Amino acid sequence: MSDIMQPVMGEKGCLPGCMTGKGCLIYVVVVVIVGFLASKLPVAMPEIALPAEPVFTLPAVGFAVTNTLIATWLTMLLLIVGSILVTRNMGLVPGGLQNLVEWGLGVLLGLAESVAGERGRKFFPLVATIFIFLLVSNWMGILPGFASVGLIHEAPHGGHQAQQVSVLGLRVNILQAGEVGEHETGWTVFSFLRSAATDLNTPLALALISVLMTQVVGVQAQGLRYFSKFTPSFKDVLGLIVGPLETVGELAKIISFSFRLFGNVFAGEVLLAVLAFIVPYLVSVPFMGLELFVGLMQAFVFAMLTLVFMSMATMGHGSEGEEH
Amino acid sequence: MAAGDLVEFGKALGAGLAMGLGALGPGIGIGLLGAGAMQAIGRNPEATGQIQINMMLGIVFAEAVAIYALVAALIIKFV
Repeated sequence: MSDIMQPVMGEKGCLPGCMTGKGCLIYVVVVVIVGFLASKLPVAMPEIALPAEPVFTLPAVGFAVTNTLIATWLTMLLLIVGSILVTRNMGLVPGGLQNLVEWGLGVLLGLAESVAGERGRKFFPLVATIFIFLLVSNWMGILPGFASVGLIHEAPHGGHQAQQVSVLGLRVNILQAGEVGEHETGWTVFSFLRSAATDLNTPLALALISVLMTQVVGVQAQGLRYFSKFTPSFKDVLGLIVGPLETVGELAKIISFSFRLFGNVFAGEVLLAVLAFIVPYLVSVPFMGLELFVGLMQAFVFAMLTLVFMSMATMGHGSEGEEH
Repeated sequence: MAAGDLVEFGKALGAGLAMGLGALGPGIGIGLLGAGAMQAIGRNPEATGQIQINMMLGIVFAEAVAIYALVAALIIKFV
């Protein structure tokens, strides 16, 4: 046993952060107790709803405000208030929070300039905004309460059972963990908040902005000659195909941008809900870590791809050989 | 067997096949990426940071294809 413990044993006994025999025993006991409690407090089977649920409807316009829209507003509020707090009393020698934010933006700017060269500075605002917005939005979606706390509504097919109780004289329906059949009217939860990218609208909007700005930047750099890459040229057989191929490629970029982000975040949400149903309270924890990582990577990939496509749009065909 | 049962069977089978077959390609792709990265790190351990970043980028793209299959499976099963 001592040779196994050798790497974690310092001179004064066990180094902090390692697990001794006694610590292991305590951990096993805690797991057994939590597992026992988990069987007594069941988690309801998750309702996997693809479209975002409306929380309320604006009466005049008839526009349904969905829970993902409210989450987007919350993200915006967080970022705007954070920005105001950081840039208040901005000093030439930064201290504290301003220093931290400047370091973060410095890292992003360095990355943008390493990918796109001097033009990286010009693309930086849009790319960094996409990254920071998606990062905050994805990470906020893991907080407790997202996609779980809300009012219950009657569902036309399937759903959960509900029990009517009387609270302070009001008759209130409380959700139970039991299911009803597919053809009966059950109850389902319309949560107040849901991670913004789980609604296809948000990734689609960001993808459209990305691809549109890529075209705009291309036209800014190359003038109207930029559109010659989409038209077929009749010089040789290959030129006939390349034009339409590029057009289809641009459309495919929109679809792939939006579905990559949507799929990753939505599948992560479904995964967490289903795991919480299968083994409550325990198995979800490492997968929350996975969600953190996936949220970061998807934000990074979206921003980096936007940057790369913008950089490619400004280069054009002629200067591609000069890069290597 | 009622018509509703057949639809349920079709949905379950479709979702299972979509995700299962859709994970073959990306799995192999990610494995190849990892193998290439390991060899590169073995040849040049000083460039580990750069190699890791680029490997991560490539893996995210390969995984995106698997996620498309997952979204298709979820839509088949639940919509």
